Amino acid sequence: MVRRMQTRRQAILGALTLVLASRAARAGGRRPADELDIGISQYPGTFHPMVDPSVAASYVLGMARRPLTVFDAKWQVVAMLCTEVPTIENGRAVPFDLPDGKRGIRLTLSLHPGARWGDGVPVTTKDVLFTNEVGKNPLSGIADADLFRRIISIDVKDDKTFTVTLNKLTYDYSASLADFEVLPAHLERAAFSDPAQYHNRTLYDSDPANPGLYFGPYRITEVEAGSHIVLERNPTWWGKAPAFRRIVIWTIENSAALEANLLAGGIDMVAGEIGFTLDQALAFQKHHGDEYDITYKPTLIYSHIDCNLDHPILADQRVRQALMYGIDREAISQQLYDGRQIVADSFVPPLDWVYSKEVPHYAYDPAKARVLLEAAGWHAGGDTMRRNAAGHRLALDLSMGAGNHGLDLVAQVFQSQWREIGIEVHIKAETPRTLFGETMRNRKFDLAFYAWVSAPENDPLTTLRSDQVPSQANGFSGQNYPGFRDPEADRLVNAIEIELERPRRAEEWHELQALYAEQLPALPLFFRSNPFILPKWLKGVTPTGHQYPSTLWVEDWYVEARS
Amino acid sequence: MMRFVAARLTQVVAVSAVMSFLIYALIGLMPGDPIDLMLSGDPHLTAADVARLKALRGLDQPLGKRYLAWAEAALSGDLGYSRLYHKPTTEVMLPRLGNTAVLMGTSFVLALAIALPLGALAARRPGSLLDTIVNFVSFAGISVPSFWLALILILVFAVTLGWLPAGGIATVGDGGFADRLDHLVLPVATLTLASIGGYLRFMRGAMIEALRQDYVRTARAKGAGAARVLWAHALRNAIIPVITIIALSFGSLFSGALVTERMFAYPGMGGLIYDAILGNDFNVALAALLFATVLVLLSNLAADIAYAATDPRITYR
Repeated sequence: MVRRMQTRRQAILGALTLVLASRAARAGGRRPADELDIGISQYPGTFHPMVDPSVAASYVLGMARRPLTVFDAKWQVVAMLCTEVPTIENGRAVPFDLPDGKRGIRLTLSLHPGARWGDGVPVTTKDVLFTNEVGKNPLSGIADADLFRRIISIDVKDDKTFTVTLNKLTYDYSASLADFEVLPAHLERAAFSDPAQYHNRTLYDSDPANPGLYFGPYRITEVEAGSHIVLERNPTWWGKAPAFRRIVIWTIENSAALEANLLAGGIDMVAGEIGFTLDQALAFQKHHGDEYDITYKPTLIYSHIDCNLDHPILADQRVRQALMYGIDREAISQQLYDGRQIVADSFVPPLDWVYSKEVPHYAYDPAKARVLLEAAGWHAGGDTMRRNAAGHRLALDLSMGAGNHGLDLVAQVFQSQWREIGIEVHIKAETPRTLFGETMRNRKFDLAFYAWVSAPENDPLTTLRSDQVPSQANGFSGQNYPGFRDPEADRLVNAIEIELERPRRAEEWHELQALYAEQLPALPLFFRSNPFILPKWLKGVTPTGHQYPSTLWVEDWYVEARS
Repeated sequence: MMRFVAARLTQVVAVSAVMSFLIYALIGLMPGDPIDLMLSGDPHLTAADVARLKALRGLDQPLGKRYLAWAEAALSGDLGYSRLYHKPTTEVMLPRLGNTAVLMGTSFVLALAIALPLGALAARRPGSLLDTIVNFVSFAGISVPSFWLALILILVFAVTLGWLPAGGIATVGDGGFADRLDHLVLPVATLTLASIGGYLRFMRGAMIEALRQDYVRTARAKGAGAARVLWAHALRNAIIPVITIIALSFGSLFSGALVTERMFAYPGMGGLIYDAILGNDFNVALAALLFATVLVLLSNLAADIAYAATDPRITYR
């Protein structure tokens, strides 16, 4: 009995020693040096480049595909899949007159001679024609059909050269095909046999590891839905050889778990485009800033508060200006975001070449705010809240998306600062689907705090033009949620759209920004920054600050010295 | 008994039908749609695009008409395509079901294997050191939030010690049995510790009650040893109420554990159902929730049959 117990005890101790030894060995183990593991906070629902576009999908596909042209990190249009950006100066862009008297443009592009799909089939104009066919079909499920509606025709010169005829000459003609994502005709034609089912049958989702779907430096080789995506070097890639043999992108939706995986070595970096929020990154930097290279890239994500201009209180410009003077955006940026968020004066970021320094700037000035409110007929009462002559309180609702701790704090600071000047603001937090699906769409808000993404030099046609106010009459289309109806603003956005001369266009942009800052259909707040958390040995990652991700230049990433 | 089972199975069908309509209606009545959200995220999307995409997916049709179309297809075995993943619903669900079965099944078996004997032993001497420890573990397990527990385990075993992976389902390029086991340890530990408390309390309470009964005193008086009294006499009676708890827990096995799955980046049913509901992925949400519903109903039926098997006093007509 005693001997049996001793033997049992020894066996348990032996097993425990074995387990501990294996764990210690695991702790000392390392991933292969030619592999990079990246953490992102959202899984891409689809790998098709044009169906249900998402930031996560763009990030992954940026390693495996290339657009014809794209905005680079300097916000200049560059060629990727084509050999040269079509411009009027180089003769590849030719304006012409349309039968209705308007102006169209023909763009001639040449596909890169070395471009081949991952199965070795060359990328040719057949693929371009097929892509146009898919994009023009209203049943195909392509999200951004506006691009294809503008294409009158595509004429093929040879296997690599084609001319796209567009029905409108716009200032951004050279970037107008940036979202024309060439599809592999030799593989996708079969899935497109029933256009209405194409978005369900596309190989990008039914067989995402098919090499023939990709022509970038990498191709997707393995997908574990909801977990990770594996990309490996594409042998048919024609450009600079990428440094890593394999890149694994892990989806870790919980930010605490994302951080833990980074610290545990489960991942090497967190994607700036779709990783930590700014406040999470700042908190991380406080404890681990010395161990990583942390970069904060200002972006085009414009954080602002829409004012419902049909609201009787907000219809008065003086009240809107008082709201601006009543909040200390500089202090909020410093205190909550360590100065990493650029204070906005209009919807155009300082990094954009059309940005105007002459735009009215609303520095924090509560005294000025009170003067404006008095002039607007809102007088301070005994309870410090303001009332008008009819006795109505100056009270407004601030609608915003729920669940973001950082934004909740900012809203509470606004609420407190507005209270000091006599404006009572109630915060109404809603889920994003309620906020955008119901509240904004039906314009059932007073003030609405949110952000949107735009592109470099993005003409605000859908957000400022008066025919874009959502209403019953237009089926609630348009994004002019404030209900901004200004003939001069209409004239300027229409003029910008077709103005090719940069100096003249810059003037129009400056006028529009000044008008916006004066009229304040929305209260400009910040341009958000994306935090990139990178290991010290990884170099060459260049954040862009716009919707085209840093992974489009993944072949420039390299290892300096890995510890 | 057969008539009883047949009647209950009919109930299962009826309840499932009602649930399918309720789930469909609730998801459909949620304000907003993910396609509407795309407008704010994509500067090139127009309202016309949004309308076209909704029409393509049949979202411009009345809710009732959409439900009837779904029901007709489902009855012929066609569960449709996932709106989020653009794949057949079954293709989306099956891998996640497998992952969840492994995770939840392992933690379920482990929790029972620890809780039932430990609860029985603790009941033997209420107030003893073992009973005190068992009570503490029970209350800790019930009280501690699973996300916090997950985070602590990750911080200790993955970040500080580096003994175990912080998340995921397998190492890329490996995926062997040992590697998968490695990745299961922390999430299984989290779920087991979180669920063990309830089973411990039930088992302990039921055993204390059973040990007070006259037949136990009689067994002792007849010379039965302590072990025989505990395992052969008291346990058989004490296990009956515990079967209810086990059966109800079994029903929720395949609906996953959302919080744990998110903390460990484990692709299971919990996350799938959550994403499907938020993404208005009707087909996947319906299939997954109905599956969970049917499982709960069937496990209740199994519990009732187990009663009859365990307690000869119980009969069904």
